[in-house]
Amino acid sequence: MNKKFLIFLSSRKSWTLPYLIFAAIFVVIPLLLIVVYAFTDDNGHLTLANFEKFFQHPESINTFVYSIGIAIITTVACLLLGYPAAWILSNSKLNRSKTMVVLFILPMWVNILVRTLATVALFDFFSIPLGEGALIFGMVYNFIPFMIYPIYNTLQKMDHSYIEAAQDLGANPLQVFLKAVLPLSMPGIMSGIMMVFMPTISTFAIAELLTMNNIKLFGTTIQENINNSMWNYGAALSLIMLLLIAATSLFSTDDKDNTNEGGGLW
Amino acid sequence: MVKKIFAQTYLWILLLLLYSPIVIIIIYSFTEAKVLGNWTGFSTKLYTNLLHTGTHHSLMNALVNTITIALIAATASTLLGSIAAIGIFNLKARTRKAVGFVNSIPILNGDIITGISLFLLFVSLGISQGYVTVVLAHITFCTPYVVLSVLPRLKQMNPNIYEAALDLGATPMQALRKVIFPEIRPGMISGFMLALTLSIDDFAVTVFTIGNEGLETLSTYIYADARKGGLTPELRPLSAIIFIVVLALLIVLNRRAGKAKK
Repeated sequence: MNKKFLIFLSSRKSWTLPYLIFAAIFVVIPLLLIVVYAFTDDNGHLTLANFEKFFQHPESINTFVYSIGIAIITTVACLLLGYPAAWILSNSKLNRSKTMVVLFILPMWVNILVRTLATVALFDFFSIPLGEGALIFGMVYNFIPFMIYPIYNTLQKMDHSYIEAAQDLGANPLQVFLKAVLPLSMPGIMSGIMMVFMPTISTFAIAELLTMNNIKLFGTTIQENINNSMWNYGAALSLIMLLLIAATSLFSTDDKDNTNEGGGLW
Repeated sequence: MVKKIFAQTYLWILLLLLYSPIVIIIIYSFTEAKVLGNWTGFSTKLYTNLLHTGTHHSLMNALVNTITIALIAATASTLLGSIAAIGIFNLKARTRKAVGFVNSIPILNGDIITGISLFLLFVSLGISQGYVTVVLAHITFCTPYVVLSVLPRLKQMNPNIYEAALDLGATPMQALRKVIFPEIRPGMISGFMLALTLSIDDFAVTVFTIGNEGLETLSTYIYADARKGGLTPELRPLSAIIFIVVLALLIVLNRRAGKAKK
């Protein structure tokens, strides 16, 4: 055993050790702590009270469902607006399209909160009321680069002879899109959806600013509880969100495998 | 032809929408009004205010904190992540998958979960939160991205070069420095840049790990400001300057990359 360990230490494999130790302390243990806090009360006794509290409060369940709804709408809007943009970008000449892609990513360098407040000013300027519409617009505005970029990447790497083949075989433009382009760009769409859905579901400050504190999202609820020293309840809510995130990522990796297979068959 | 014009118009409208808030910030950085959206005549007073750090000491402090935290965190995560990537590359497929999963946790988790989990860690260990905890937290969520940008470089590398170096009498350390390091350097640089961007832009993780002893980064400063009901006017020129500097940097980098290709 000892000998084996020495061999491991002298090989290049051992270079993972510093990071593994770091990740154990700052990634794995903290996640376990969320679970521990979620299932205990203030005195450290094992309890389910935190979850009972969540399921007995229609308000928090409503916030949860509402946040999922907002995240889905935002993701769909980003996809519908972003896909054509990615498609156009991937079709323009390489040099130009690179500059355009940089242009789409550049706004992310301005602090997200400053951008959001500027959006608020923009709404004020056109006297658009701050509320649900403003919230969704602001979220789409903040996260659409995350949708465009991965889709652009897959579309650009796509073999264009597939499209030509489909055209030669008599497919009309709609068929070409549905049967060739869309399936081939599925990996990009999936990672785009992940990159938009995950942050929108857990955002908190942006929603506060865009709705003048009128609409509460689940992230805000979690943050308020932690700030008010209700760590155990906050941890329970975080665990619920963590489960949702895990479910979404499992779902999307499943889909990715399927489309890969589908692409292979095609 | 019509199709092309239509497509281009669509792109430009999207870009216009994306940039309009930034344009608004830049325009209103040239007026003195307290509230963003009021125009009280052209003035460069906010810029001169900003340059005389005395008038806005806390904002400048926040800016300095943001930049130093980002530099420390990006450097540390680049070192940690690159070493880890070399290790991961040499692992067997199954262990590699397991380590890769651990690596992807902070990316998938979302800021708020990472922030709260680290908050609980520091609280239960009794560590008082401040500069060090923010840096540690930033290293935590930056390193996975460094690993992901260095790994593909190692996969692309021709493994025979390393063997050849050893055959020619190089010690493993020399081979590492002269063969592997130059190969992964582009990955390390892009990982470093990514880490820098993520760290500067981060809000959710910072707010949970910064404690309450008065330490501020730009994000938490703006958040506290916005909660009080309005932005410090000097933030407008500051954002405008940051935006222009980044724009200039990107243009220079792009030009260089273009030249290198030619």
